[in-house]
Amino acid sequence: MNPRPDNRGAAIDLESVTKAYGAFKALDGVSLRIEPGEFMTLLGPSGSGKTTTLNVIAGFTDVSSGKLLVGGQSVVGVPAHKRNIGVVFQHYALFPHMTVGRNVAYPLTLRGVGQDDRKRRVAKALDMVKMGDFAHRYPSELSGGQQQRVALARAIVFDPPLLLMDEPLGALDKKLREWLQLEIKRIHRELGTTFVYVTHDQEEALVLSDRIAVFNRGRIEQVGTGRQLYDEPATLFVGRFIGDSTVLRGETRSDGTGTALNIAGETVAAPRRLAGEASPVILLRPEKLAIRRPGQADGKNRLSGTIAEAIYLGSGSKYEVKLGDGSTAIVRSPLTGENFGLGEKVELCFDGADAKLLADDSTADTTLT
Amino acid sequence: MEMKPLTRIVLGLVCLLVAIWLVAPTLVVVPMSFNGNKSLSFPPQGFSWQWYENFVTNPEWSTSFLNSLKVASIVAVLATVLGTLAAFGLDRMKARPANLLRMLMLTPMVVPGVVLAIGIYAVYLDAQLVGTLPGFVLAHTILALPFVLIAVSANLEVFDRRLETAAASLGAGALTTFRTVTLPLILPGILSGLLFAFATSFDEIIVSLFITNPYLKTLPVQIFSSITRDADPTVAAVGTILLCATTILIGGGMLLLGRERKGRL
Repeated sequence: MNPRPDNRGAAIDLESVTKAYGAFKALDGVSLRIEPGEFMTLLGPSGSGKTTTLNVIAGFTDVSSGKLLVGGQSVVGVPAHKRNIGVVFQHYALFPHMTVGRNVAYPLTLRGVGQDDRKRRVAKALDMVKMGDFAHRYPSELSGGQQQRVALARAIVFDPPLLLMDEPLGALDKKLREWLQLEIKRIHRELGTTFVYVTHDQEEALVLSDRIAVFNRGRIEQVGTGRQLYDEPATLFVGRFIGDSTVLRGETRSDGTGTALNIAGETVAAPRRLAGEASPVILLRPEKLAIRRPGQADGKNRLSGTIAEAIYLGSGSKYEVKLGDGSTAIVRSPLTGENFGLGEKVELCFDGADAKLLADDSTADTTLT
Repeated sequence: MEMKPLTRIVLGLVCLLVAIWLVAPTLVVVPMSFNGNKSLSFPPQGFSWQWYENFVTNPEWSTSFLNSLKVASIVAVLATVLGTLAAFGLDRMKARPANLLRMLMLTPMVVPGVVLAIGIYAVYLDAQLVGTLPGFVLAHTILALPFVLIAVSANLEVFDRRLETAAASLGAGALTTFRTVTLPLILPGILSGLLFAFATSFDEIIVSLFITNPYLKTLPVQIFSSITRDADPTVAAVGTILLCATTILIGGGMLLLGRERKGRL
């Protein structure tokens, strides 16, 4: 195996792709460029359009309008079986009447690969997913994780320039999932092909991806690395979907230098202003909030509240703090910090520079639940 | 749940009685076929193979047997092809019209045989199909089709259509997908449908009695006319042969269906 990928992957370009079912738009003008050899994750809640996007790329679903290019060639109207794209499904989709070996050989047989070459490539693909000893078993004799590894071998054995994975680990338990995530990452490095991965699990997306496209209601909210999405969310939805966050809403006052929010009598401020008409909210990551006993907080931005939930995480503690206006703040404090009990009165403080000022979006909450 | 010994004995006896009652006619026919006397009496007297011999050598019997084989074979193939296609079409249709069509196609199982027979006979008189091979094949196919439809539909219901999507992603066109994925997986249903269709045609009597004539008799018709004419014990021998044949066919069909069910679990 070549340890250094030589960009054998295909680029994908989606330009204003729309898929409508009657009045409902499953995809509403999705544009996305995926680089050759990139690991791109399509992340979003169910019904957000991420799986539809995958199905459009695979050729299982037609687009209503827009352009779709794979490797620079338009594939609109090209049937799925002529696209030469590997697909791994959540439900494995192994052929139950064929052995593991014949399952993996299937795409090679269709392509008229000779018997010797076929044997060699099947063995290589099965070795890559560490299923080399199982060629003579039937899928029904394998565990879910083993079946999915065979399905992966079958999807890469014909060297497709692009591999699509639709929640491949969704049916597996957590430990197995975490191990297979690392396996998939390793295989991506070894193959150097383009991977497009669909999941609703933001942690999985962070572990695997070069870049993540966050989907919401048939549109892409933001595309970026995990760090970009966490540190600089473009929308309230992205901020809420990636990682934990505290959202502060209140009576707003903007002046030349910044924006102040009045939350149940207490005022906090961010040194920025929001362009446009939308009402601003402040989004804070848990580690940007400090938790103190009443009166001990420093700085301008202080909020008082009560501990509603205290969770010991091993590496630290996580607190849910009920604020004056009834909303909940999430704080993570390091192991070295003080401990707080349920019902205890506390004060939270943060640096205004860490506050993300975002346009309020009432749908951000509803689509998450 | 633990049963009292008495309850267990009573329950066992009742089951035994019902079982005897169910197989009694069969138990009468088999011994009679070895009757030494030329009469259809029970219990039989003596022992002989002569009625089996008569079945093989008497052209009246052997011709009707071959007729039945011929008709049933063509019906089995025709009904299987048509029934499988119908099952496919219905499986891939919208639920409501599909259910209506399915009910329509299953009506031959519900409509009394005599009613069907009268209808078919009336049409056949005009079409000059009475006593012809196409006539028998056509009529029996109507009766056999529902069995194929049911068997194949049952298989299609558990068939995971996502496997077809997977096959497409691996490079298989529609026909290749059908040949390499769909067909092997629903084959047990098709085969059991084939067996049921054959058996249906092979021992069909009601419609056959209406559309038969001296030139073309199927085996059940021959049995019926023989027993009403001269109580020939050959019918018992034929009955025994038929019993064995259909037991093997239907048993085989059930095994195929059963194995398929188990394989899915």
